[in-house]
Amino acid sequence: MLELAQHILDIAENSIRAGAKLIVISVNEDTEKNLLTIDINDDGCGMKEEEVKKALDPFYTTKTVRPVGLGLPLLTDAARKSGGKLDLQSQTGRGTKVTATFRIDHIDRQPLGNIPATLITLIAANSEVDFIYDHRHNGRQFKLDTREIRDEIYDVPIYHPEIIKYIRNIIEEGLCEIETEA
Amino acid sequence: MAKLTIDDLKKIKEKVHSEMALREGDRRVKITVHMGTCGIASGAREVMDTLLTEIEAAQVTDVFVTTSGCMGLCSREPLVTVEILNQDPIKYEYMNPNKMRQVFKRHVLEGEIQTPFVLAKGAEKTK
Repeated sequence: MLELAQHILDIAENSIRAGAKLIVISVNEDTEKNLLTIDINDDGCGMKEEEVKKALDPFYTTKTVRPVGLGLPLLTDAARKSGGKLDLQSQTGRGTKVTATFRIDHIDRQPLGNIPATLITLIAANSEVDFIYDHRHNGRQFKLDTREIRDEIYDVPIYHPEIIKYIRNIIEEGLCEIETEA
Repeated sequence: MAKLTIDDLKKIKEKVHSEMALREGDRRVKITVHMGTCGIASGAREVMDTLLTEIEAAQVTDVFVTTSGCMGLCSREPLVTVEILNQDPIKYEYMNPNKMRQVFKRHVLEGEIQTPFVLAKGAEKTK
């Protein structure tokens, strides 16, 4: 993976496969503390304690089509390489929370990358799932909640091209307003 | 560009509503972009982004887009499956934004399968 937005997409796709109906993605850029935090929280089926212990092992997977599970190990590696770490918490039937931290000024930190493309992919392709995206940058905040959009559009599907275009524009505007640096 | 507001969203809803009243609005095509770790690392998100932009530009509303996990053919990613109503699914391999544009315009809109990019025809069987 070349950018952190791709890791976010990958972990959120895991949440969708785990049956999540609400996925909360938080990104916090704190330049004073030199800390970038990415948090992905879902209400999916969660993992058993033994599964949580093995989840960061690249040779552990619950899939049967291939012998490796690289999503979480790759994110762990990306965090460690930039002076950060990954924390994984999960409870069966309650959901999973993945938190990755990075030193913002670390030379090996991957760029945050194309967040609008990641969010649009998730929203357009998973119309039955709601997403909250909360991005903070030194006290400024951009927040997108697809439940609020759904309330306004009523019976128009959220994946309708006009709605997707609207969402893409508000994400780009919002990120521009808070002047993201990562 | 002026800041987008909820009123803009309401206007879009009204416009879409009036258009929906004029046609049936059923799903004619389902396109699945395989979005496992291998797919994402190979460029599946860029393929999806291109596809959504093409759908928007063509103003078609009978094309439904979704994602799926890894199907075990990681070396052939990005993979895209096109399913047109009453036709066998077509799996395209080694996709990129340019190939996606071509598949969308020629196969999805005009019905011409893009054979050079095809991996398989029909649905895979999983154990």
